[in-house]
Amino acid sequence: GFTSKADPQGSGRITAQVIEHLERLALVDFGSCEAVARLEKAIAFADRLRAVDTDGVEPMESVLEDRCLYLRSDNVVEGNCADELLQNSHRVVEEYFVAPPGNISLPKLDEQEPFPHS
Amino acid sequence: CYYYFLQEILDTHDSISGQITPTELCQKCLSLIKKTKFLNAYITVSEEVALKQAEESEKRYKNGQSLGDLDGIPVAVKDNFSTSGIETTCASNMLKGYIPPYNATVVQKLLDQGALLMGKTNLDEFAMGSGSTDGIFGPVKNPWSYSKQYREKRKQNPHSKNEDSDWLITGGSSGGSAAAVSAFTCYAALGSDTGGSTRNPAAHCGLVGFKPSYGLVSRHGLIPLVNSMDVPGILTRCVDDAAIVLGALAGPDPKDSTTVHDPINKPFMLPSLADVSKLCIGIPKEYLIPELSSEVRSLWSKAADLFESEGAKVLEVSLPHTSYSIVCYHVLCTSEVASNMARFDGLQYGHRCDINVSTEAMYAATRREGFNDVVRGRILSGNFFLLKENYENYFVKAQKVRRLIANDFVNAFNSGVDVLLTPTTLSEAVPYLEFIKEDNRTRSAQDDIFTQAVNMAGLPAVSIPVALSNQGLPIGLQFIGRAFCDQQLLTVAKWFEKQVQFPVIQLQELMDDCSAVLENEKSASVSLKQ
Repeated sequence: GFTSKADPQGSGRITAQVIEHLERLALVDFGSCEAVARLEKAIAFADRLRAVDTDGVEPMESVLEDRCLYLRSDNVVEGNCADELLQNSHRVVEEYFVAPPGNISLPKLDEQEPFPHS
Repeated sequence: CYYYFLQEILDTHDSISGQITPTELCQKCLSLIKKTKFLNAYITVSEEVALKQAEESEKRYKNGQSLGDLDGIPVAVKDNFSTSGIETTCASNMLKGYIPPYNATVVQKLLDQGALLMGKTNLDEFAMGSGSTDGIFGPVKNPWSYSKQYREKRKQNPHSKNEDSDWLITGGSSGGSAAAVSAFTCYAALGSDTGGSTRNPAAHCGLVGFKPSYGLVSRHGLIPLVNSMDVPGILTRCVDDAAIVLGALAGPDPKDSTTVHDPINKPFMLPSLADVSKLCIGIPKEYLIPELSSEVRSLWSKAADLFESEGAKVLEVSLPHTSYSIVCYHVLCTSEVASNMARFDGLQYGHRCDINVSTEAMYAATRREGFNDVVRGRILSGNFFLLKENYENYFVKAQKVRRLIANDFVNAFNSGVDVLLTPTTLSEAVPYLEFIKEDNRTRSAQDDIFTQAVNMAGLPAVSIPVALSNQGLPIGLQFIGRAFCDQQLLTVAKWFEKQVQFPVIQLQELMDDCSAVLENEKSASVSLKQ
């Protein structure tokens, strides 16, 4: 595919397998060789973090980690707005959002259309 | 006449009740919005809504029942805040036509105070960018491109040909909000700030751009980018106005579990600092980088000298992990974005493509059609960093570096510093044609350099316009405060603002009073010919 055209300065870690895997996880496609090259650059950029000594440092998830989470009382104060919410969907039937059939995997890369040349 | 600052209007309320009615003010702003349409600051102008709100505000004033300082005051809101009944697009095809059934908490608070909602402002798609150039409605133009101050300097340059092809960017991603305030179409605008998206355009548009402490202002209804860093931002023409808006917005929200429930002193009245002799200003030495323009560097230095000459202590401090900050931000940001963008699948709201083969195929095609390259790129990067084999080495590693960066700030403040003083941007606003020579990720990494560390530490920060560059364009400087010391930060900023006396933008052709002047000039030339 397009891994052969990826940025020669990139890490070369974006194999066809990785591309397929990421596209399936993200449900977003690369769309072009440039996009793959951009990802390689993004990874190279992120690799700079290796130089930082983080021995014994705990990961920080939130700047508010030292505080107790406020819990409100478990009373229903709003809701019953199904009609309003259904209005924003393109496909509804009665009070259901209609989805296409599930449990069908995306076709594999080699079964798909090749990239349009951008 | 036009009141430049909110405080001026409030002063007229006190002295002569209703020197300008809410409806008059609303109509004036609507007229300015029409005149400045070429700036592309607004995606949606909510004219009917605003006029109706103005009418109600007038009734309240007549009955002596004003809701407060913001009653009848035109404001604008960035289009990534949900507004009930008003289209909210995030400048993306994914949400084009999407009409939220609720107001973001901060929007509701503004409305509860009687503010007039003029419209929703333009931005980079999903607030990803530092130029306000990458949205589906096109780029926002910086009003300073058309200012007398800039144009006069340009005439000295023999190479300036076409007057409009070299317009300047506003910065981003809250560029529409910045342009809206800068062009006098409203008194305050909401932006969002994840890595500097409020402060950056504020600096480029000569405005006050305030980023509150994380947890002070509710994020409910702000379409999220990075949950652990996003905050609503405030753009105004002066510090007092920002404080008034903050007073309306700050406070706990049961709908946002990341708001803190500490008691806050309200309203946010800012004292006028008599002197700064008790103040200690910190200058982070690692922010002095080669890419910093000599003009910004010089103003930064002059600002430090100003504080010192007025009796403040000015100390050099160190934030040792500064050079890794932008990398850390890049990893955490893309990772959280990958998670947050997962909600856009076309099923319950937003764009949906026509494919019906399978849910996965529908989701993938919807997202391909709905998101631009920038958004898709960040989602893919984020997913890469979150892969099982990468999680420890990238995401968790970045979380550890985040702690080191946050600790750097804690250590600086513990050394006796009250407020840090840094540049906001590397230089003044650049022309659009130059800005687009590099891609979004590269630009963001460059332009966010001074602002994003603040988001990782959750601190309050504000960009204050200081002076005009040699080209006649605004340059701002940033003040950073301790967590939840927003009032103190704004107090220092207010003192500084008074010292520097940043000039008002001269958009002569657009202001009503000056169109009268132009007419006089016309008649004068006619009489001369005779």
